[in-house]
Amino acid sequence: MSARTRELFALIPAALLVTAGFLAVFLSQDALSGVGGQNDLGDLSLTYGGIFLGLCVVVHLVLRARLGQADPYLFPLVAVLACFGLVMIYRIDDELARQQAQWFVIGLGLFTATIVGLRDYRVLERYRYLIAISGILLLILPRAFAPENGAYLSIRLGSLSVQPAEFAKIAIVIFLASYLRDTRQVLVLGARRFLFITLPPLKHFGPVLAIWGAAMLLLFFIQDIGSSIMFYGGFLAILYVATNRLSFPVIGLTLFGAGSWLLYQVRPTIENRVMAWRDPFDPDLYDKVGGSYQLANSLYAQADGGVLGQGFGQALLETPDGAAVLPAPQTDFVYAVIVNELGLAGGVALLLVYLLVVQRGFKIAMLARDSFSKLLAAGLTSVFALQVFVIIGGVTKLIPLTGVTLPFVSYGGSSIMANFILLALLLLVSDRARRSV
Amino acid sequence: MNQPIARLFMVTIVLFGALAVMTSWWTVVRADELNAATQNTREVLRGLKVRRGLIRDADGGVIARSVREENGVYSRRYPQGAIFGHPVGYSRASVGQTELERFRNEPLIGKKDSITTVFDQLTGKQADGQDVITHLDPEAQKQAIDAIARAGKSGSVVAMDPQTGAVQVMASVPGYDPNTVVDQKSFSALATDEARKPLVNRALQFGEAPGSTMKVVTAAAAIDSGEYDLDSQVDGKNNAVISGVPLKNNFNESFGSIDLVGALAKSVNTVFARVAEDLGKETMRKYMRRFGFEQKPQLDYPEDAMSASGEYRNGKLIPVTSRFVDVGRMGIGQDKLSVTTMQMAQVAAAIANEGTLMKPRLTDRIVDRDGRTAEKIEPEVQSKVVSKESAAAVRTMMEAVVERGTLTAAQIPGVQVAGKTGTAETQLGDTINDVWFIAFAPSRDPRVAIAVNVQDVPGFGGEIAAPIAKDVMTTLLRKGN
Repeated sequence: MSARTRELFALIPAALLVTAGFLAVFLSQDALSGVGGQNDLGDLSLTYGGIFLGLCVVVHLVLRARLGQADPYLFPLVAVLACFGLVMIYRIDDELARQQAQWFVIGLGLFTATIVGLRDYRVLERYRYLIAISGILLLILPRAFAPENGAYLSIRLGSLSVQPAEFAKIAIVIFLASYLRDTRQVLVLGARRFLFITLPPLKHFGPVLAIWGAAMLLLFFIQDIGSSIMFYGGFLAILYVATNRLSFPVIGLTLFGAGSWLLYQVRPTIENRVMAWRDPFDPDLYDKVGGSYQLANSLYAQADGGVLGQGFGQALLETPDGAAVLPAPQTDFVYAVIVNELGLAGGVALLLVYLLVVQRGFKIAMLARDSFSKLLAAGLTSVFALQVFVIIGGVTKLIPLTGVTLPFVSYGGSSIMANFILLALLLLVSDRARRSV
Repeated sequence: MNQPIARLFMVTIVLFGALAVMTSWWTVVRADELNAATQNTREVLRGLKVRRGLIRDADGGVIARSVREENGVYSRRYPQGAIFGHPVGYSRASVGQTELERFRNEPLIGKKDSITTVFDQLTGKQADGQDVITHLDPEAQKQAIDAIARAGKSGSVVAMDPQTGAVQVMASVPGYDPNTVVDQKSFSALATDEARKPLVNRALQFGEAPGSTMKVVTAAAAIDSGEYDLDSQVDGKNNAVISGVPLKNNFNESFGSIDLVGALAKSVNTVFARVAEDLGKETMRKYMRRFGFEQKPQLDYPEDAMSASGEYRNGKLIPVTSRFVDVGRMGIGQDKLSVTTMQMAQVAAAIANEGTLMKPRLTDRIVDRDGRTAEKIEPEVQSKVVSKESAAAVRTMMEAVVERGTLTAAQIPGVQVAGKTGTAETQLGDTINDVWFIAFAPSRDPRVAIAVNVQDVPGFGGEIAAPIAKDVMTTLLRKGN
């Protein structure tokens, strides 16, 4: 069976999942409002499932035509995540779900455009400085607009809100992969031992530090801690893969510790986050504006879910007066809603799907034959994995809470578009790696 | 370059594993704690959308029901007002739940296991509260409240069926009307009323010295331990030295050698103080624990809203065997004893039921909306306190209290009553007392056991508490036919 045929069959469970999910949400809304007519709704959920499957088949045909050898499991896995997210958002707010569905269509369009337009992704190497600078410009952009919730995360274009950091992360990974491909040998051979620590030569390491440092500095100014962690982690991962020197990420993590401590001293927003993280149930912090209410309720929502959850549509998100019990359920806290409704079982299942995506990503990196492809795939996969870790870790109180989206599941156009581009790049690398030379 | 990539994947597995562990931590390990947290409003908010079940009295009358408001939210009404403020409590979104409303919250909001919930969703069945049917008798309850209010400012009555533990009356004065507790403000007004403390259920919280009613416990221990029998002669002279301090009898009356039956009928302090000293702290503690002392009542009621009865020092319960306990004075209901009305009703009930103490319970059964019994609360033995023979001997002594002690205030025409009065001095002076009466009737086939406590009144247990017990018992016996 060819890779593409396997992919086609793997899409069937995703379509079934979206159908079953919508059916469950309709049923529970039906039960709550106390009206009959379940058959109509059953048909409607089939329609939604059908449309979704149809879209996936179209994209599948594009892949069949253009990337016949690409990894067959990555796209179905993402389809599962996407439809899962769509059902959850529909359950929270059907208007948002309609918008989200539109974002998926645009995202799939961008995905197709990337695959068709970028037949040989290695041309990206030629424009690496251009890409790096546009990445940094993307990060500066929100500074020109009014901040939202104390952070310059997004820019408003009409009714649309765009988060440039989502796109900037891809640009920075492309730059790092391309630059380190050239210099990785020198970084290792030219390394000096200084006080038992192996340090890379500054001459070759300088440009990396400059680009990456600029990005970090900007993130510091736009106060997007979640994205900073992703950028930093992605950087260390690529550097480690490029040099195979464990000392580099170790030094990096030490510096990160020191940097975080400094930041903690000067930025009150961060101090609040850390206080809320240390004891979210503290009554004073709980009632404080910008305190621990969000995190505490995220944990309450998960406890409410238990092992098997309250069932689709059963999480309590607002009071009868319409006040939020769990804030931002469709973005930052979507994982808490999932655990509330589907329990530990649902949460772990979601984590497993993400782990499988990451596994496919690293597999692509290992199969790739040239350094740039390896670094690109490994970097993109690391950033993706870190994004999942940062938001779920924050929501489950493993690390202080910082707002990033849960890829393909959270509501948000930028996140979906950027992650579909990321997926397209991974499949391009995969197809090239698997073609017999 | 493949080796570091493989290692990166290992790191990812570890990190994602940590996420799964944290999710388990909140959903399993700490779930119960978080679900019960007061900051967590989910349970209350969810309850608002469910038609909470009825609470009914033993006659089928409605104590509490839910009414749908205009905004689709249910709110609670208490048609009988203040009569069942204790022990039923209230349920409000803004101030939470108390007493029986809290203890029976799960059936009242129709909480079921998750499998049933899924099944109900599939069949389109709406979540609905179940009804709680209590043993509480509205007529006797009202009678008890009115009688205490006439006799004094505060007090409580507990009456139960000694053979089943069914609590038929639990009255506490001053009470409150749960219809008036609607928000934080009205709740605070009641909660901060230090003079009256209307939210305190005096039948279960903040006990008093039980006075001479405690002699029933001492007598039961004396006889069941085999050290004494009904004819045992004990010296009852006034001012006997107990724990180094002379102890007075009532009216400074001195008795020579007197048997235990006579001593209980005349409530001779020195006799029972000597007996308690003779039995010792270990034996006294053994029997007191069997009666339910030193632990919270095993009642279907929130545990944190009940007090354990026993010896208290600096506000803390201490064992009877502690060196701070004066066992002689404890044996006559003085010393540092703090005993609830519920506990003394259990003492009467255990003797009445041939020495076997039944677990007290307010709920008879839980019924679903279609009238089917979902759960029947069956009678359960709490402990075997004394043997059948010992119980019969103590019963004989208590019958003698009512008959030979010419306690006419407690006598019911045509029904033999067994009882014991108690009068404990207060800090308010010699003439202001906490008065007690415990009893059961008919004494040879007991259907009701009762404890009455009225606080800070000028008088004695026989004058003030006994008539209340008589009236309430008469009502319950008449209705029991």
